Amino acid sequence: MTRTGNRIALLRIAVLAAAVGLLEVLCRTGVIDNFTMPPPSRIVRDLAAILASGTLMPAILKTLGNAATAFVLAVSVGVTAAVLIHAFRGLREALDPLFATYYAIPVLAFYPLLIILFGLGDVPQIVIAFMLGVVAVIVNTLNGLDRVPRVLLKTARIHRMTPLEIASRVTLPYAVPHVLTGVRLAIAYSLIGIVGSEFIMSKGGMGFEIAFAYMSFDNATMYPLILLILVVSITANLLLAAWERTLLARRGLR
Amino acid sequence: MSGAAAARRWRGPAALIVGLLVLWQLLYLLAGEVALRTPAQTVAYTLSLVPQDAFWTHVEESATAFGAALAIAVASGLAIGLLLGFHRLSGDVGEPMLVAVYSIPKVTLYPIVLLAFGLGMPAKIAFGAIHGFVPIALFTINAVRNIRPILVKTGRVLRLGPIETATRILLPAALPEIFTGLRIGFALTLIGTLLGEMFASQRGLGYMLMNAIGLHNVDVIMSVTFLLIVFAAVVSSILLRIDRALHRRF
Repeated sequence: MTRTGNRIALLRIAVLAAAVGLLEVLCRTGVIDNFTMPPPSRIVRDLAAILASGTLMPAILKTLGNAATAFVLAVSVGVTAAVLIHAFRGLREALDPLFATYYAIPVLAFYPLLIILFGLGDVPQIVIAFMLGVVAVIVNTLNGLDRVPRVLLKTARIHRMTPLEIASRVTLPYAVPHVLTGVRLAIAYSLIGIVGSEFIMSKGGMGFEIAFAYMSFDNATMYPLILLILVVSITANLLLAAWERTLLARRGLR
Repeated sequence: MSGAAAARRWRGPAALIVGLLVLWQLLYLLAGEVALRTPAQTVAYTLSLVPQDAFWTHVEESATAFGAALAIAVASGLAIGLLLGFHRLSGDVGEPMLVAVYSIPKVTLYPIVLLAFGLGMPAKIAFGAIHGFVPIALFTINAVRNIRPILVKTGRVLRLGPIETATRILLPAALPEIFTGLRIGFALTLIGTLLGEMFASQRGLGYMLMNAIGLHNVDVIMSVTFLLIVFAAVVSSILLRIDRALHRRF
């Protein structure tokens, strides 16, 4: 990294630290009262206590497990669907307007319908999270497939590869950086889908516990759980971003 | 545009709508009367809601919350975007932070918003605005940064004043990108506002949905979902059209 790049990174950390410090001071001096928000240092300590005691572990595992299921489904179905859609022009033309307006549609509005269809359990939540994530994967994979240079396709044809081989050995590997953009979005969306639907109506999970803690003014549970969700999503995102960068760097693109 | 070209342009959306209606009808045949209504029944029930005052109270509540949230999201998004776009250093420091905010699941923050703003209209507006301002700011930053220096130089050669430079060069050059941000901001603000109404509120279309689940009123659930989705799809298709026209012009 260059020297100015380092300076900017340092500045960024300084701004973040200043913001957290300011919050700490505001909370400790009572400008923000403790019913609204406990000091950040307190939240971290509470989180450690919650993780150590293990009472909320079932809820945490349930939410992260459901989010992981939805995420895996969204990525595998999304990539497969993108390859198929890419192969059929007519299908692509019909679906393009759907993709263009999809994220304007409040998918969580379908949650009540899904509860009626599947009952109040894990399934409607996973379906919502899947529906949110899958289109991001499809759109970004298609975007990557569109950019495969023609020479690669010609080479594949010279080697008499089958369509399956072409997808698995040429086009998809080429599109990986774009697919990863979709994958990163899918992480955020699967968490949004699960936690959002747990908020609205559910029988357990982190969203449920956060909502329950909110109703009973239990900030010592609510804030640490919120922090944990944010930490999980930011960490997963950073890891994938780093992987994406190494992939692009290997190709000399960045 | 010739008739054939127009027909081709509408073929995709038309096929999509027919496909979705067929899928809906098939789902109804699978799931049955307990869980779903047919498209025809849903439209009929939606029309029967139109003369009811109670329905309009909810619509008004949601529309007010959404309108206010959108206004705040657009104003703050543009302000932050312009600031970070024109000021290089704060842009370099701030943009990755905005990207991080964009990618966190913001639903989790709703209880905090509720504690800060109290139950009711302000919390809904704040939550909608939090969802909407980030993409508007991000796209504005990029729009401003990508203005080609030659345009500004030409303005200087023509001795344009600062106001004329802004209105005749900077704004038209940045507009297409900014509009894309506004389009995405519109969608996210709507989602944020609705989420706010579904989780905790006493009025609005989101509340109407939640209340209907409690009463197992499939007619209301289907109609409100249908209305929201038609509204979102129609408005964002129009915005998408304008967006593409703006991009094509440059």
